[in-house]
Amino acid sequence: MATYSTNEFKAGLKVLLEGDPCSILENEFVKPGKGQAFNRVKFRNLKSGRVWERTFKSGESIEGADVMDLDMEYLYTDGEFWHFMRTDGSFEQVAAGEAAVGEANQWLKEQDVCQVTLWNDDPIAVTPPNFVELEVTETDPGLKGDTASGGTKPATLSTGATIKGVPLFVNIGDVLKIDTRTGEYVSRVR
Amino acid sequence: MTIPDWRPLADLSALTTRADLLDKTRQFFAARDVIEVQTPLLGDATVTDPDVESIPVPGYGFLQTSPEYFMKRLLSAGVPSCYQLASAFRHDESGSRHNPEFTMLEWYRVGFDDVALRDEVAALCDTLLGPATCETLTYADVVGDVERPREELDLAFADASERLGPGRYFIIDYPAEQAALARLRPDDPTVAARFELVIDGVEVANGYWELTNADEHRRRFAADLARREARGLPARQPDEKFLAAMAEGLPDCAGVAVGFDRLVMLSVGSRSLDGVLTFR
Repeated sequence: MATYSTNEFKAGLKVLLEGDPCSILENEFVKPGKGQAFNRVKFRNLKSGRVWERTFKSGESIEGADVMDLDMEYLYTDGEFWHFMRTDGSFEQVAAGEAAVGEANQWLKEQDVCQVTLWNDDPIAVTPPNFVELEVTETDPGLKGDTASGGTKPATLSTGATIKGVPLFVNIGDVLKIDTRTGEYVSRVR
Repeated sequence: MTIPDWRPLADLSALTTRADLLDKTRQFFAARDVIEVQTPLLGDATVTDPDVESIPVPGYGFLQTSPEYFMKRLLSAGVPSCYQLASAFRHDESGSRHNPEFTMLEWYRVGFDDVALRDEVAALCDTLLGPATCETLTYADVVGDVERPREELDLAFADASERLGPGRYFIIDYPAEQAALARLRPDDPTVAARFELVIDGVEVANGYWELTNADEHRRRFAADLARREARGLPARQPDEKFLAAMAEGLPDCAGVAVGFDRLVMLSVGSRSLDGVLTFR
């Protein structure tokens, strides 16, 4: 794998830091006029999601990481692994473990296309679509005709996710559009 | 094919502010009988400083990292107090507060020491940015323990000066090893007669009560070259014309370089040079 010098650092670059694949978030060049130059760099650890900050002497190099983001269709889970298939017609599949799927678990619906992050061909992270449409399996009975009062209640969805802030008119069996980045209700689809 | 982004970075109000600050700077010096000069941006020699990398221009020499050597040659030839507003160039310096080409305001005051020059720098800032008081801190106040390797000190200084936060701060009494071309303080040769100005956490100016001794210049250049070699940096030839001028005699003077783009940046309230450079 290639190595990258500090002057090649830029947001989005995938590198190895302390053995973990990381993505550069911010790179700031720091230099007193009559002193040595440094790069103050923020990374996201792609395995843990944590943000790391490190300072490098300008000119230092770090190893690149073979990281790829792929669009993949979610197929099913066998309880231990979540199975995804490439959408490029190759029908190639990967199995992602719990560590990679993490919070995405609660938004995964079969046939939805997710972004799967592969490191050396192994899945390390799964990002659900920004919006998903999921059926309500549990909620207090809907108040007929109440589309304007502004009151809300919680609801449980087919994936097991529980969301707050659902309008009172929503019923079991309704399909809701959810923003997975915030976990918030967007609209009733049907 | 996508159309490349050709539009300027700075908006019209930032351009107007720059024009206004240039105008005020020239008036400031005219009122003090400091003459404006222009020296080459492309010179056959360059600095030996291991922390300042020049951009070579094959067949010609180097883009100048500051007008210092040329201006000191003018002073040695009898030119009185003078200033210059011009581009300076530094290899591989790029970031929110750095650009390989930037505008430097540099001036020299014959007969001044660093204390008198600090007052003038403060007066210029009052003129350009509005009046405010300047606090004075020593280098040791800023970094704490001074007995550390140079690399650690540089990083500690960069971090600490940013954290000074809002306000204008002169930092004085740099360790003798960081004198650059400042003379050592006659009453305490462990510190240099050098100052920096940090405004709102941004390093804005670097000034010296200038070293005039030609032999000491040669010694410092040799030390620079040794550090260059140790770090595997390109070798540089000492600027012999500059050294000859020092041997002829630089008058007692103090000089300072101001990052003019950063002043404009502070004036418009931007945190990045992107707000004030036309293009980069």
